[in-house]
Amino acid sequence: MESVVEEEEEVRRIVTDEEKLEAKNFNVFDLPDVPKGLPPHLELQRTRVVCEVGAPLHATGTIYSGAYISSGVDNSVNLENFSENFKVDVISLTKTDMVFDMIGIPPGIANAFRRILLAELPSMAIEKVFVVNNTSIIQDEVLAHRLGLIPLVADPRLFEYLSENDQPNERNTIVFKLHVKCPKGDPRRKVLSSELKWLPNGSELLKESAGGSTTNPKTHTSFSRSQDSFPEFADNPIMPSFEDILIAKLGPGQEIELEAHAVKGIGKIHAKWSPVATAWYRMFPEVILLKEFEGKHAEELVKVCPKKVFDIEEMGQGRKRATVARPRDCSLCRECLREGDGAIEGEAKSKGKAEAKGKREWVDQVALRRVKNHFIFTIESTGSQPPDVLFTEAVKILEDKCESVISELS
Amino acid sequence: MEHGSFKDNSHATFTLGEEDHTLANAVRFVLNQDPRVTVGAYTIPHPSLEKVNIRVQTTGDPAKEVFKDACQELMQMNRHVRSVFDKAVTEYKAEEERKVKKAAEELQRQRELFGSMDIESN
Repeated sequence: MESVVEEEEEVRRIVTDEEKLEAKNFNVFDLPDVPKGLPPHLELQRTRVVCEVGAPLHATGTIYSGAYISSGVDNSVNLENFSENFKVDVISLTKTDMVFDMIGIPPGIANAFRRILLAELPSMAIEKVFVVNNTSIIQDEVLAHRLGLIPLVADPRLFEYLSENDQPNERNTIVFKLHVKCPKGDPRRKVLSSELKWLPNGSELLKESAGGSTTNPKTHTSFSRSQDSFPEFADNPIMPSFEDILIAKLGPGQEIELEAHAVKGIGKIHAKWSPVATAWYRMFPEVILLKEFEGKHAEELVKVCPKKVFDIEEMGQGRKRATVARPRDCSLCRECLREGDGAIEGEAKSKGKAEAKGKREWVDQVALRRVKNHFIFTIESTGSQPPDVLFTEAVKILEDKCESVISELS
Repeated sequence: MEHGSFKDNSHATFTLGEEDHTLANAVRFVLNQDPRVTVGAYTIPHPSLEKVNIRVQTTGDPAKEVFKDACQELMQMNRHVRSVFDKAVTEYKAEEERKVKKAAEELQRQRELFGSMDIESN
């Protein structure tokens, strides 16, 4: 009994405040030999989509912020680490096309930008067509439909929407006139979009008035001032983006006379109002050679890829090696992953070698992956606005949507 | 429109009209990054109707506040995207101009070089 009490007294000692603080702040991950971050296979799962022959793996991101909390890795995408990691690289930019990389952006937001570019950015397109005379074989409504699809060079930000109760005026309507005739005896002629004439002073067609027309005859629009007195249109007149769009063909003796009114709209209502020819993105491809490809296998690999992603590198002493030269061009066709059908080895086959039929010898030696959160965006504009302006407007629209939700909730 | 209970305001469904996957998926992503959220999801009851139902369940905080914070954060992320994009485009345009200028100068220099050389006439 006494010896036990003595032992307890020896063991009991005063724990200092410093030691208490140390014990409180102790983190097992601070120890020198504990590896930081995720193990490589989990890091692969978190950041890459692995493209197998059959289907992609790990495509849905683990978007839950605490997914790897037990390993001490913060998976969250909050404003601070988004601001730090987000990058944009412009690859090419012309008046109509743009290719740029967005790195560090979540896929839901990139898709939101794409959807807005296609469907919710406003633009100007012909909506109402007043047909005076149409003796061509193209029906009125077909002609009107075709006119609606012609892209116009007009900045929609300078115009307002025209609702049903509004009067068409110089702030919300653009008026075009088309009057073409194919004289008798002439060969058949084409009507191109260059023949659409812009009328900056508004409509020239008179409205039918019920009573006697003693008062001023009214036209279909009420322009208070001419549109080319605006500074924006003084130097760049409004016209179709392309001069050579074929609208109709006229035979001898046929005539088309019409007036077309263009208004502002968004792609959701009708695709003619979509300001992009198209906009798409793809994820950044990553091609990894899991083993050294030498000699004959290297040549086969280079020949198999339709996008010429691989290159041969001379290593001296006549040895050749395959390297991944242009992973960006990879279209993920998975030709390098497939088992092969003996087509490449065709020459060997004809020589009668038994191994030529069936599988390649180097199956499963190429890893095809896509990097999550790294998107290659391509925007092709129809000409009304340059693509970088379009993207900025799309981001603004998403901001406005958020704001309207917040104000609705408050 | 918020559908919730008066007693427990940490669980609620928000109905947004005239919205679709564009906003809903983006907000859902940001919502799920918030550690206070246990359930963050959206559904579109019928594709012909432009309505989205966003479900938010939190660990105690009022769902409305958490949802508002998520929208606020999305807005700020968009602002950041815009500023980075604008900067990248201006830099690219400046770089292109520099290249064009350089090429023009090079051409000019070559022209002068050829001009100064004596060319024997046949």
